[in-house]
Amino acid sequence: MRRFTELIHQLEMSNKTNDKIAALVDYFNEADEKDKPYVIAMFTGKRPKRPVSTALIKQWAIEKSGIPEWLFAESYHSVGDLSETIALVLPPPNELQHRKLEEWISDLAALKGKDDAFKKEFILHAWDSLESQERFIFNKLISGNFRIGVSNKMLVSALARQSGTDSSKIMHSIMGKWQPDEVSYEELMAGAHVNTDNSWPYPFCLAYALEALPESLGEPAAWQAEWKWDGIRGQIVKRNGELFIWSRGEELVTDQFPELHFLLEELEDGTVLDGEILSVKEGKVQAFSILQQRLNRKTISKTQLKDAPIGFYTYDLLEHEGRDMREEPLKTRRALLEKLVDKLKQKEIVVISPVVEFTDWDQLAIIRQDARSLNSEGLMLKKLDSLYHSGRKRGDWWKWKINPYTVDTVMIYAQKGSGRRANFYTDYTFAVRDGEQLITIAKAYSGLTDKEIKEVNSFVLKNAVEKFGPVRTVKPELVFEIAFEGIAESKRHKAGLALRFPRIARWRKDKKADEINTLDDLRQLLQSTLT
Amino acid sequence: MALISFTNKGIYCKQGDFYIDPWRPVKLAVTTHGHADHVKWGNDAYLCHELTKPILNQRLGTDLKIETLPYNREISINGVKVSLFPAGHVIGSSQIRLEHKGEVCVVSGDYKVEYDGISTAFEPVKCHTFVSESTFGLPIYKWQPQELIFSQIRDWVSGNRDKHKTSVLVAYSLGKAQRLINGLAGYGQIYVHHSIANLNEGFQKAGVALPETTRITAEIGKEAMQQGIVIVPPALAEGRWIKNLTNPATAVCSGWMQVRAGRRWRSADAGFALSDHADWPGLLSAIKATEAEKVFVTHGFTATFSKYLNEIGIASEEVKTQYGNENEEEEEAVT
Repeated sequence: MRRFTELIHQLEMSNKTNDKIAALVDYFNEADEKDKPYVIAMFTGKRPKRPVSTALIKQWAIEKSGIPEWLFAESYHSVGDLSETIALVLPPPNELQHRKLEEWISDLAALKGKDDAFKKEFILHAWDSLESQERFIFNKLISGNFRIGVSNKMLVSALARQSGTDSSKIMHSIMGKWQPDEVSYEELMAGAHVNTDNSWPYPFCLAYALEALPESLGEPAAWQAEWKWDGIRGQIVKRNGELFIWSRGEELVTDQFPELHFLLEELEDGTVLDGEILSVKEGKVQAFSILQQRLNRKTISKTQLKDAPIGFYTYDLLEHEGRDMREEPLKTRRALLEKLVDKLKQKEIVVISPVVEFTDWDQLAIIRQDARSLNSEGLMLKKLDSLYHSGRKRGDWWKWKINPYTVDTVMIYAQKGSGRRANFYTDYTFAVRDGEQLITIAKAYSGLTDKEIKEVNSFVLKNAVEKFGPVRTVKPELVFEIAFEGIAESKRHKAGLALRFPRIARWRKDKKADEINTLDDLRQLLQSTLT
Repeated sequence: MALISFTNKGIYCKQGDFYIDPWRPVKLAVTTHGHADHVKWGNDAYLCHELTKPILNQRLGTDLKIETLPYNREISINGVKVSLFPAGHVIGSSQIRLEHKGEVCVVSGDYKVEYDGISTAFEPVKCHTFVSESTFGLPIYKWQPQELIFSQIRDWVSGNRDKHKTSVLVAYSLGKAQRLINGLAGYGQIYVHHSIANLNEGFQKAGVALPETTRITAEIGKEAMQQGIVIVPPALAEGRWIKNLTNPATAVCSGWMQVRAGRRWRSADAGFALSDHADWPGLLSAIKATEAEKVFVTHGFTATFSKYLNEIGIASEEVKTQYGNENEEEEEAVT
């Protein structure tokens, strides 16, 4: 596990993609063969069921370190990561053991079904045989939750370089269902398991946000414009008599959307559609807040089916008659897709995402302003001769979003961040005015520069009115403009509504706390999105 | 009557009519050590250890009225016996021992218990009242032995040399820099920023033996530094200065590097948890050794640490001071 610990350390110490890729390549050159598939599995979020609950792990760590529970909690607030806190508060190890990553993982998996006393003995013994860095890794193995800034793309680049394989093949190969104890690193790189399974989705082609003017893209005639839908990116796969629906999070969501199951009958084998899962009522795309009622549910009630019916707006064809279409230009794929959708007997549920006709960029800019009325986020611009890329590639696909909503708020609570920001007050809660009262409306922690964070941090230190655990109540004085993508009713929030993707747009040093927006302003906005 | 009280100017001894580490101008400032949050400009007179004097002259000017004492020699100020004991924090750092009518109080400033090879080793002093810091007063802070950390730093430096990288160590000019110079002597020519070079000269004049270093000037070639070790203060850590070196690799040397968040917050390539402050076991052992009846905690994780002391049966109270705080927190964060 030493080599893996070193890798994690290297990955954490650099912000540069090239350094991280180099560290990964070195690792896959040097690491134990059996360890490699486990590392790939971990980095792509394939986590085994955790063998021991967090509560027990915490309890054992507190016992072993001999500190009171409240002190452990304080330590945790300062560190910002449970695995690391445990690694640091435990007494130094008595007897170091050097074992392979794969051995630790297998032993942890074997804990399943054992009683707590057995598990406890195993964990305590492991802690006592690892130094604090390795202990941290070991604790992460238990939780299975490795978030260390390695994107799939970065991993794929490293694997491609190390194994000399094409990166889209590797992406395809590592994205789906395989078990690290069943496949060797070599097999994985060769994609040996890929063809045997019907479900495999293609890596999604992603778009960059257009920051320049669209004129910079050149001739309008070379481009296709579509509405950018605010739903869940989805890929529908039909092969060998089976239907699969994948979401962008590389998650199989087939069962969540029974409305789409008719495609099993209607799509030809060897068809893969790319598009957006949306809630659509009487031909009108609904706000994301409506769709949200349908997400991540194990069972769906009749009321939900009625209140938030699902539709699929398709805009690309990745596989046709069993053939990978991604090397064909968009024009060709689109023409085939239109024919295919046209042939569907069940109309209205799966529709083609309409092309927005335009002749010049100014005209398109005016059309774009109507996006909100369609519950769209703006426009997508796709080059007509573009191939379907794996992941994000600059140049062929652009999202040209309309500006977000904004609201002026005042900061009322601050909390120390976690991870990289654990020693600064970086997580803030914002409020709007409701008569004489301030009412919480959003929590946000991104959008400020490091310098501004330091400034706010020093304000918090000076103006903390009240301590409540890790939270500081601060004088309501600093005004921030919060940007957000949508607004929804919410019974859980005191304000009766919730903002979607709130983040700090800017610090309004020019405004005073009595100039912020009111709750009524937001209620009016909510009404306008529902009609 | 208590020997000390905490006022808005600093720690005050009424019987002796003097302040310890005041943050506003007073007549007499008894000074624990030369870090910016413990000694300010503008006092009528200073009393400090003889090795703290060159630091004050360097930082506050030469026209100061400074009385000095060696460790362990007692003088009387208005009937209060005052003596200095080594705090082990940086060169010259002292715990201030006060005695009046059988009552003993020790104000420790900042301290660490492990001998760092260059500052006089910490000495526990028995007292009734002890004033302690708690910069690293959480059980997550347990330092590795200095020798182990130094061997990691040496490995890092030689690894950089193999990759033709310039090793840049970020360390506070007073304390950490001298400690690094001492620990890395013989592992390559050491180049130091002028803020460090100035302090070193002051120390050398006062008779402290320091290994040879080279002051970085415009004439020093980047190629020469690439083979050696460069030490700079935190103020330079994030700016252009380091980027202008040839292929630099930066390491921050600070207790905050113990935690991953601390390492990643800084845009450095490596972090070494080398601290001039006591770690959790160090704070507890130091406090127990004083056998004090009452412990005041002045800065750091004050609320947490004093709550814990009370729980283990040592009466303690947190006090608000300006040490290790606000603007200085920046500097202290890398001390």
